[in-house]
Amino acid sequence: MTAEALDNHHDHGPPKGYKRWLFSTNHKDIGTMYLIFATVMLFLGGGMAMLIRAELFIPGLQLVEPNFYNNMVTNHALVMIFGAIMPAAAGMANWMIPMMIGAPDMALPRLNNLSFWLLPMAAIMLIMAMVVPFFGGGAPVATGWTLYPPLSVQAGMGMDLTIFAIHTLGISSILASINIITTIINMRAPGMTWMKMPLFVWAWFFTALLLILVMPALAGGVTMLLFDRHFGTSFFDAAGGGDPVLFQHLFWFFGHPEVYVLLLPSIGVLGIVIPAFSRKPLFGYKPLVYWMGFLTALGLVVWAHHQYTIGMSVAATTYFMIGTILVSIPIGLMLFNFIFTMWRGAMTFETPMLFAIAIILMFAFAGTTGVMLAVVPADMQYHDTYFVVAHFHYALIPGALFGLYAGVFYWLPKWTGHMYDETLGKIFFWWTTIAFNVTFFPQHFVGLAGMPRRIADYSAQFTDINIISSIGGIMFGLSHLLFLYIIIKTVRGGKPAEAKSWEGAQVGTPGLEWTVASPPPFHTFTTPPVVK
Amino acid sequence: MENHKLSNKKIVLSLSLAAIVMFGFGFALAPLYQLICSVTGLNSIGGTIDARKTISDYKNIDQTLSERKITLQLDTTLEKGLDWQFKPVEKQLKVQVGEVSQTSFIFTNTFDYPVVTQAVPSVTPWQAAEHIKKIECFCFNQQTLAAGENKVMPLTFVIDPDLPKDIKTVTLSYTLMAVDNKIAENTKQNF
Ligand code: HEM
Ligand SMILES: [Cu+2]
Repeated sequence: MTAEALDNHHDHGPPKGYKRWLFSTNHKDIGTMYLIFATVMLFLGGGMAMLIRAELFIPGLQLVEPNFYNNMVTNHALVMIFGAIMPAAAGMANWMIPMMIGAPDMALPRLNNLSFWLLPMAAIMLIMAMVVPFFGGGAPVATGWTLYPPLSVQAGMGMDLTIFAIHTLGISSILASINIITTIINMRAPGMTWMKMPLFVWAWFFTALLLILVMPALAGGVTMLLFDRHFGTSFFDAAGGGDPVLFQHLFWFFGHPEVYVLLLPSIGVLGIVIPAFSRKPLFGYKPLVYWMGFLTALGLVVWAHHQYTIGMSVAATTYFMIGTILVSIPIGLMLFNFIFTMWRGAMTFETPMLFAIAIILMFAFAGTTGVMLAVVPADMQYHDTYFVVAHFHYALIPGALFGLYAGVFYWLPKWTGHMYDETLGKIFFWWTTIAFNVTFFPQHFVGLAGMPRRIADYSAQFTDINIISSIGGIMFGLSHLLFLYIIIKTVRGGKPAEAKSWEGAQVGTPGLEWTVASPPPFHTFTTPPVVK
Repeated sequence: MENHKLSNKKIVLSLSLAAIVMFGFGFALAPLYQLICSVTGLNSIGGTIDARKTISDYKNIDQTLSERKITLQLDTTLEKGLDWQFKPVEKQLKVQVGEVSQTSFIFTNTFDYPVVTQAVPSVTPWQAAEHIKKIECFCFNQQTLAAGENKVMPLTFVIDPDLPKDIKTVTLSYTLMAVDNKIAENTKQNF
């Protein structure tokens, strides 16, 4: 379409009723749907976490049957990763990337609609996977999110539903990634050169690239599982000449890059929030882009650090150990760039900035335990204990979830046209951060003391720490009711937000999102803006 | 933006192709993986048996060996649903390190149809794994027994003298698995 043709459509608002959403091709509406879906999934996954922590409150089996417990562990992870974090990040990409680069919409709007609507279907399958064992559907999916055979081959119908859910989720994120990359390559406004793009756009560029490369490997792995289960193949069956460890390689070839898929969008948010509230341009923008690229590449070749205990040769474990420790270099440098951005800046501490600073501290800690885990002989002790659980929750909750919270609070005025209640925002920040640390910090200790993960019961000497952890967990869960309240309150009203919602909004990055009104009109940049 | 249309298509096509190639790569990995592991030995802490060595090569070791003896315990497990009889003739034996030894296992197919099986070994402690050099073993191949058939199959091996000094007892355990679909089906129903 030419700019003129677009102009003719200028004042045509959104269609009315359900059609606006069901058939939407508008990046803002689709972004909103992604974000709402992610919030629903966050509460679903969170509900499961609450049940898990309740069961672990004291030793013994109180609330749930062990197999169902493990099924919940599986689905808690899948729902959080594929249902909450990835869609929330995709929702932000939908809202912000076109506005940041001055595009009227995503490059492939109808594909965008499909990417979104695949998600609710996958979510239904995931929920059913947990329900069918109660109605004669065979053994629950008690494997954890890693779905290792042979247990996953022996599970009942829930496993098939999980496999199809993963296929659907995979297709959705591959389509979304293709769309995002195409948008970034083709839809930039004149003058929006690659090296002027806000860091968030770059972060999503690498995220999408990773997704396209690794999601298909997981899809292949679970397809082979499906074949082993139903069509008599033996990809993973030693008796038939296969090897169960092959699945582990396929899974982690996907699984390790996946942690960067979860991390990078949040790093992108930090690259925007920190300069804005430090009122100082991003320190070392170009190196940051390079570090992200380096991390993307390195992330693809270190997967077997999740498999040190399978009996690889010393040469192989040494390679994976060195590779993994190298990962801390680009990650550490990114954090230093953020810290230098704050150095001597005129800092203020609104909610997004509080999250950003806390993320740097807590994520650096996760990196430290990560390096411990990367060391082969040490990992032999830590593997499959609560130490690993503590490590990855420190990586994922600050590294992914809190980063997205920073983004939500930062862009909420832009999306809704209202400022959120800053006092409530700060209360939420402190509440959720403290509760998070109370929950997960003590888990390092029970982990080192040998408490295994993915088991509904534990021996009595771990009781005290688990009680603390469970209390923290419930506090963490409850803090999200406040989060929901703040969001709803902001959507319904509040101090009107200006086009440029934050004093430092345009510091450092030439993002165009602040040149349009808050909330933006249904169609933005129908004539391309020119970036000088 | 007219001129971008074509290149949109190009980008989408090449990215889709990348995704499809990666999907295929997963499947290609199945045979490749076996190959890489067997060529490089990357996937095993211990070494593999050197097929070029013959019994007499191992016999030569005999002359240089010490009087060291270890206890070898033999253990058998059956996959769920495979109700065969599968037992070692001797549960425990003293073995001279460096000397070719032989023992046997008894197999009985209790089903009224032929069944194809595969035995999968495992060694404890794992440090001993690379030092049990098997020369002949029923586990090298799949074994088919006719309905009701009874068979005694040998295991010929050498414990090589590099076995760490502190290891005095080694457990060699075999799990027998059905390759046959019928049994696999039964197993699933029992689960
Ligand atoms: C310096 C950086 C990091 C290093 C060196 C590192 C290292 C490791 C290692 C070695 C393990 C395997 C532990 C085991 O199972 O025995 C592990 C697990 C894990 N890591 Fe990290 N990690 C790092 C950063 C991250 C980041 C950034 C994320 C996510 C945003 C993350 C998420 C995870 C997850 C989810 C697991 C557990 C997977 C599972 O077994 O279910 N890690 N990490
Ligand atoms: Cu990893």
